Amino acid sequence: MSLKHLLWRMGFGPRTKSWENWSALPPETWWPKLRDESLPAPQHFDVADGTIKGLLMGVGELGKMEKRDLDKEQKRQIRKQSREDLQNLNLLWLEEMTHSKAQLREKMAFFWHGHFASRNINILYQQQLLTVLREHALGNFADLLRGVSKSGAMISFLNNQQNKKQHPNENFAREVMELFTLGRGNYTENDVKEAARAFTGWSHRLDGEFVFRQRDHDTGSKTVLGKTGNFDGDELLDILLEKRETARFIARKLYKFLVNETLVPEERIIWLGDRFFDSGYKIMRLLEDIVRSDWFYAPENVGSKIKSPVELWVGIRRAIPLELADPESQLVLQKALGQILFYPPNVAGWPGGRNWIDSSSLMLRLRIPQLLYSNQDLDVRGKTDDDQQMGEAAKGQMRRLSAIMDWQPSIDLFAKTPDNELIGKLAEFLWAVPVKNLSPRSVAKKHRP
Amino acid sequence: MAAGGAPNNKRMLIKRRDFLKTGSLATASLLLPKFLHALQSPGALPVKGRNLVIIQLSGGNDGLNTIIPTRNDVYYRERSRLGIKRETALTLTDEAGLHPTLVGLKSLWDSGQMSVLNSVGYPNPDRSHFRSMDIWHSASPADEYWQTGWLGRYLDAHCAGRPSAALEFDDTLSLVLKGENAKGLALQDAKRLYESTRSPFLAEYSAAKGQVLNDDAPVDYLYKTMAETLSSANYLFEQSRRKSTTANYPSTGLGKDLKTIASLILADTDTAVYYVSLGSFDTHVNQLAQQKRLFQELNDALSVFSNDLKSNGKWNDVLVATFSEFGRRVSQNASGGTDHGTANNMMFFGGSLRQKGLLNAMPNLTDLDQGDLKFQVDFRQVYSSLLGNWLGADAGKVLGRAFEPLKIV
Repeated sequence: MSLKHLLWRMGFGPRTKSWENWSALPPETWWPKLRDESLPAPQHFDVADGTIKGLLMGVGELGKMEKRDLDKEQKRQIRKQSREDLQNLNLLWLEEMTHSKAQLREKMAFFWHGHFASRNINILYQQQLLTVLREHALGNFADLLRGVSKSGAMISFLNNQQNKKQHPNENFAREVMELFTLGRGNYTENDVKEAARAFTGWSHRLDGEFVFRQRDHDTGSKTVLGKTGNFDGDELLDILLEKRETARFIARKLYKFLVNETLVPEERIIWLGDRFFDSGYKIMRLLEDIVRSDWFYAPENVGSKIKSPVELWVGIRRAIPLELADPESQLVLQKALGQILFYPPNVAGWPGGRNWIDSSSLMLRLRIPQLLYSNQDLDVRGKTDDDQQMGEAAKGQMRRLSAIMDWQPSIDLFAKTPDNELIGKLAEFLWAVPVKNLSPRSVAKKHRP
Repeated sequence: MAAGGAPNNKRMLIKRRDFLKTGSLATASLLLPKFLHALQSPGALPVKGRNLVIIQLSGGNDGLNTIIPTRNDVYYRERSRLGIKRETALTLTDEAGLHPTLVGLKSLWDSGQMSVLNSVGYPNPDRSHFRSMDIWHSASPADEYWQTGWLGRYLDAHCAGRPSAALEFDDTLSLVLKGENAKGLALQDAKRLYESTRSPFLAEYSAAKGQVLNDDAPVDYLYKTMAETLSSANYLFEQSRRKSTTANYPSTGLGKDLKTIASLILADTDTAVYYVSLGSFDTHVNQLAQQKRLFQELNDALSVFSNDLKSNGKWNDVLVATFSEFGRRVSQNASGGTDHGTANNMMFFGGSLRQKGLLNAMPNLTDLDQGDLKFQVDFRQVYSSLLGNWLGADAGKVLGRAFEPLKIV
């Protein structure tokens, strides 16, 4: 068993400061400690600006307004303010991932953030969705699915306000089945059509709260996955949860995220999925099954994961505590590396694995330590986003990733290590797989703190 | 036409060998014998030296004010403020005019080196910039999410071992150039890329870690990408200086990009696809000024580029295509702009166009879908033509199914 592997997969990597304490513990207590530290309920984030809340939540009647009641100027204001607030939410969550003891919860919330991907530029809706994800990250998948499906973020992103009895919109139903539960190949086009009818009337208020519009709902009989009845949206979700395929689909995705992106033995997925199903969709149970299996620590699964940009960056921050001169530079970094929190490419989430790597993203990954160290400009600009900028596309200003690094934890940790073993020990601590015959003396001379 | 069969191939092979002998590529490759092998494989040669240059007009260019329906009353009625008058537009045909800023493009039109395809789009159009661009990049149906781009899959199918086969002039790589295994290379300019890879840190890193290669591991992919980047950076830098163009390009973003592209084409670089973007064309407000400014940049850069390549005998080997993620609504809005629409036109330039001028009818402005143009041509038919008829690729394989190609090239 490797503590480092456990902390990287079930969290955002080891923290230098607490490494000694952790490694002094008996291995069988590692997982219970990690798990128990994530059990307390999370504190919710609220960064939404008062103006937006005023416009969207309003008082009395105002809160019942619909989007079409807003005038152009108000919409522009919401968009502009949301953009700023979403940046703050992004930075706040990064801080939480970096410093929180609830590593498992934040890691799983991050997984669900990619699974239930919503590219929605309304801060209030995104914030509400994140609350659902963090609250149920380790709870029951059925609650999580229901919470997400009834969020303003997902309903508006997948156009379910337009899903009405007279003219159904299948987008929401299709993605719920294809990406959130069953996965492709486990339903027919007709199932999608019929499921969409069950979701008619599911809508949200301007403040993001779920609302069921009875007059838009199709009360007729529907046949989905072999079942027939006057299903509504909630009953439809139940039907999806009654299928083993849903549990296996989630198990497979989580296995790829936590264990191995490419080597995915089918019998393992079936075993995990069926136990997950039989447990009534207890997420913690699924995690326990993964982490308590011998294969979790098998050599082919250690050091086999290409970290996503957020995992990589948070991991660096946990290894070497640092104070950034310009915290917003982290947004530019995310953009340039190809993963901005709250801006997944589409409802299917980030593809992951090798998709993170191309020549420019790899070169930038390699340059991060240099950028931190040398006070150079982060001379990389991401692509402009016209959905947010509405043609006012001024390319972002140059940012600096410079930081004051706190080397004390590293110095303490290696205080007793003899000089001739230092490079090896550092590499062992920082790298997933030890590199043999490593003796880059010049590196040691130049970069030793 | 300079392009041809055997002689050109032989020339390329020799150049390839010279390139392999030089400096750091050799160093990087020594650590990685199997990649070196891939780089040398005889399959790694361009299809008859042809070049495809894609200019992405980001933000949704207003096609109706680009190729103007100068005989259409509906156009002038719906665009009382924004409509471009028949007298002002540059006459293309009896019913179509070109935006008055695009004078250089007009002379390409006059000499049969420009064509226009109207009403290009896809079923169930999406009006989000990001999503619609995603669809154009991946060439997926509107209700599917693909994780590779159409040119990335072209690289997968036909350009294995050629890391500089497709270049994007930007800091980051777009989905369009990401394949399953092969990916394009993003760069701002060849010199900067070269300098960024000269760091002693990278050399030490690749030397220290060169030994842990293992065929299946993801880490192998990282080293492969690194080695390819280092070798390409060196190669492209050498190539860009070898026959650097002397033409006088405008000092705009697009001007600089097209200058680098011209230099690489003149040097017979093994790149097949060049990708550049211009924008933002998202003209919700103050459209007239913004579109004019961007068209000025397009016109000036593309004029010099086409003349440059013509005088160097390369224009017949080049096809330039423009596109946007969507067009704009037929009716102007109340802010001196236009909102997101659907189908749009594409422009093609080059010395080898199979048909010149208008390739199909001007858009129908009376048969609309909620105020937007209905598409008549699926954009994947265009891709099918560019892939099959220009790059000599297996279009059906790259696009996932057969799309009837058009007579573009």
